[in-house]
Amino acid sequence: MKFRSLRMCLPVVLLLMLHACGGTDTNQMMEGDAAQQAYVAPGEYDEYYAFMSGGYSGQITAYGLPSGRLLKEIPVFSQYPENGYGYSEETKPMFNTSYGFVPWDDSHHIELSQTEGEFDGRWLFVNGNNTPRIARIDLKTFETVEILEIPDVAGLHCAPFITENSEYLVSGTRFSVPIPQKDVPIDTYKENFKGLINYVTVDPEHGHMDLAFQIEMPGFNYDLARNGKAISHGWSFLTTYNSEQEHSLLEVNASQKDKDLMAVVNWKKAEEYLEQGKFTERETSYFHNLMDEGSGIVNSTERSTTRILDPKECPDMVYFIPVPKSPHGCDVDPTGEYIVGNGKLSADMSVYSFSKIMQAIEEENFDGEFDGIPIINYEAALHGIVEKPGLGPLHTEFDGRGNAYTTFFISSEVVKWDVESKEILDRQPTFYSPGHLVIPGGETRNPDGKYLVAMNKITKDRYLPTGPELAHSAQLFDISGDKMKLILDFPTKAEPHYAQAIAADKIQPNSVKFFDIESNTHPHATMGESRSRVERNGNEVHVYMTAIRSHLAPDNIEGIKLGDRVYFHLTNLEQDWDVPHGLAIQGATNAEILVMPGQTRTLLWEPKRQGVFAFYCTDFCSALHQEMSGYVRVSPEGSDVPLKWGLNEELHNDEEAALDFQENARKLAHNR
Amino acid sequence: MALSPNSSTSRWFQLAAVIALAGVFLFPLWQITLEAAQFPGGLQMHIWINKVSGSDKHIVKNINILNHYIGMQAIHPESIPELKYFPFVAYGMMALGLLGIWINKVWYYGFWFLLLATLGALGIYDFYLWLYDYGHNLDPKAPIKVPGMSYMPPLLGEKDLLNFYVKSYPHFGGGALGLAVVLGFASFWAKWKFNKMQ
Repeated sequence: MKFRSLRMCLPVVLLLMLHACGGTDTNQMMEGDAAQQAYVAPGEYDEYYAFMSGGYSGQITAYGLPSGRLLKEIPVFSQYPENGYGYSEETKPMFNTSYGFVPWDDSHHIELSQTEGEFDGRWLFVNGNNTPRIARIDLKTFETVEILEIPDVAGLHCAPFITENSEYLVSGTRFSVPIPQKDVPIDTYKENFKGLINYVTVDPEHGHMDLAFQIEMPGFNYDLARNGKAISHGWSFLTTYNSEQEHSLLEVNASQKDKDLMAVVNWKKAEEYLEQGKFTERETSYFHNLMDEGSGIVNSTERSTTRILDPKECPDMVYFIPVPKSPHGCDVDPTGEYIVGNGKLSADMSVYSFSKIMQAIEEENFDGEFDGIPIINYEAALHGIVEKPGLGPLHTEFDGRGNAYTTFFISSEVVKWDVESKEILDRQPTFYSPGHLVIPGGETRNPDGKYLVAMNKITKDRYLPTGPELAHSAQLFDISGDKMKLILDFPTKAEPHYAQAIAADKIQPNSVKFFDIESNTHPHATMGESRSRVERNGNEVHVYMTAIRSHLAPDNIEGIKLGDRVYFHLTNLEQDWDVPHGLAIQGATNAEILVMPGQTRTLLWEPKRQGVFAFYCTDFCSALHQEMSGYVRVSPEGSDVPLKWGLNEELHNDEEAALDFQENARKLAHNR
Repeated sequence: MALSPNSSTSRWFQLAAVIALAGVFLFPLWQITLEAAQFPGGLQMHIWINKVSGSDKHIVKNINILNHYIGMQAIHPESIPELKYFPFVAYGMMALGLLGIWINKVWYYGFWFLLLATLGALGIYDFYLWLYDYGHNLDPKAPIKVPGMSYMPPLLGEKDLLNFYVKSYPHFGGGALGLAVVLGFASFWAKWKFNKMQ
């Protein structure tokens, strides 16, 4: 984990802090009406959705602000037996990668789609750190609908940072590796290891992602990025560490240089080079997994080429600027003019000016180069230095009133400062050691500077203890006044790195209540109870099952044999809000499936013993939910028990009649 | 005073009555609202002259799902014959109404108004019979059986039915029908008064 090394020096620093301040009584920090401010009365709605990444859980959680109430966990990069995501036949392909089926990842940074520099509430993007991937969540359904693997990189930490019209998701490799991969000694890092900066396009109509190009970079660790906005639109800024290019004991060896380098990329220029064909095409392998809207089935395709741009052959495309010691965040203010480099091991923070960067480039005011990439003169690009703001600056967001708010991991606080004058205005402790913070719209052109949430890495004594493993802690501050005011402390599911918050009215009106069954194009959908049936094809058995309050059809099945692979295709026939039905089968070695109204989901069951086994609805759907169950009879291999099924009737086998019915219904629907 | 009708007043009233009657095609006749804790905003079922609809397009299906627990028959609008022939009755009455403007006789206005009022009353009685049938003719194998309980919604007014609080009132279409009856009477009255003044 990223902050592991810093944790080690923390006790000492904390002790020093406590000693110096004589301790902080956190109870006194809460002012009289604080509880009132965070209180959302029963039946009332929160003002904002806050989407927090799940870190090692691989998921995303949605919280309401200011209440801090957990609204939903959205499964993204980890299988989720709770609803069958990654277990159902439809969603299994979402986890396909060039390494095969990878059922877990480490999700770090949330990016909401933008139009003209503001959140538009359409999609949510998040990176998978370990097996480099980017996922897209549709905010109409809060479902993961697409995952694109990024080829040849290692540790996609620096991702997926969005441009102001969602033109690109920009990412960089956290660990440099041999590109393309090859079997070399690790200590040949300097000659063999490279980094990549990746540009993924987002289709403005459907949101579909596509890898446009990759820029081959020196082998540093690319950490975080932001894209320019307004005047700086068309540029990307990426912090790096380990410009020492070390490959072992990084906590020491990658912390030697006084300054690392921030990459400054002119992506409009990159587009020109791409247009001119100045790229090399390389054979590789990566997967694109996309959910079909009508059927809910994920289609997985392997892609085999990538286009590489080399800065040495593409002048004026990439520059470096020195940035103090091992930076983490680099954050662009709402005007697009100021870029904050958060040097996490530095005592000061550097603020760059975009117009000065442009001037320095114009005047070729360079301080040498690295691997053919010009290094812009540090002083020439600097707007100024925020002196001694705290220890361990990690991430900065803005309130739209000219103020910046930075988290300090080591000194465990949030500091408010004036971007123009670099003057420190306020500081508040957090509990403990914040990583990122979030202000609704805080990275956009138009922040809503009302609240700030600090997401902490260390919890310790904040809540009732739960053994060695604890939830993470977050603090909500009211930042509408001159001083930040702590109004709520709430636990969050593991482990939010970054979050973004958006006004509820940009999402709430579009939220889907159920899927229109007439638009269900699933090839194994059962459009009505009378069409429910069982089909056998060799040792493959397909159960076309329906669910409606409060029964499954068919609910008695005979003629299954040991060695069969039984696919339960469950269609939820309900057309009302909040009536999911689930299906669990005794002895299933995968999970259950939860099926939303109008949807079809498939669970594979491979019976292991002969006998009669129960299946049932898992979602408490109605007053007679407990009755919503059935039996499947499993006979020995080679048995002559005929295939039969039924619901409240003598078991029968009229597969043909059901199929005719289905066929005619399809034709009717098609003609309509 | 404005109450002295001239020679064309009755015709205007009759035209207005026909236009009002056309309102039964534009709005539901009746609205039955089911209120329960789990259904914020309630479930609104709209009874039109030719169809049954509701606050969303799946309302009949969703009410049927709830009703099957108490053994109530499913509502299948396509198998209710009245919804097929009532529109023709309404068209016929509109045609007869327009004929009245041409005939412009006091007896004809009286006949039209009485016929419309009678048909309206019969329609409400028919609606009552359907409600009675739905409320009393229950499946003996129903999962939920409350001894002595029937589930007939009120024809007009409000009533507790198990977990639902049911409200039943005329909608705009029903109001339009009532207005057409009143305007029909007004044309009869205007013609009668005008004849007396002559």
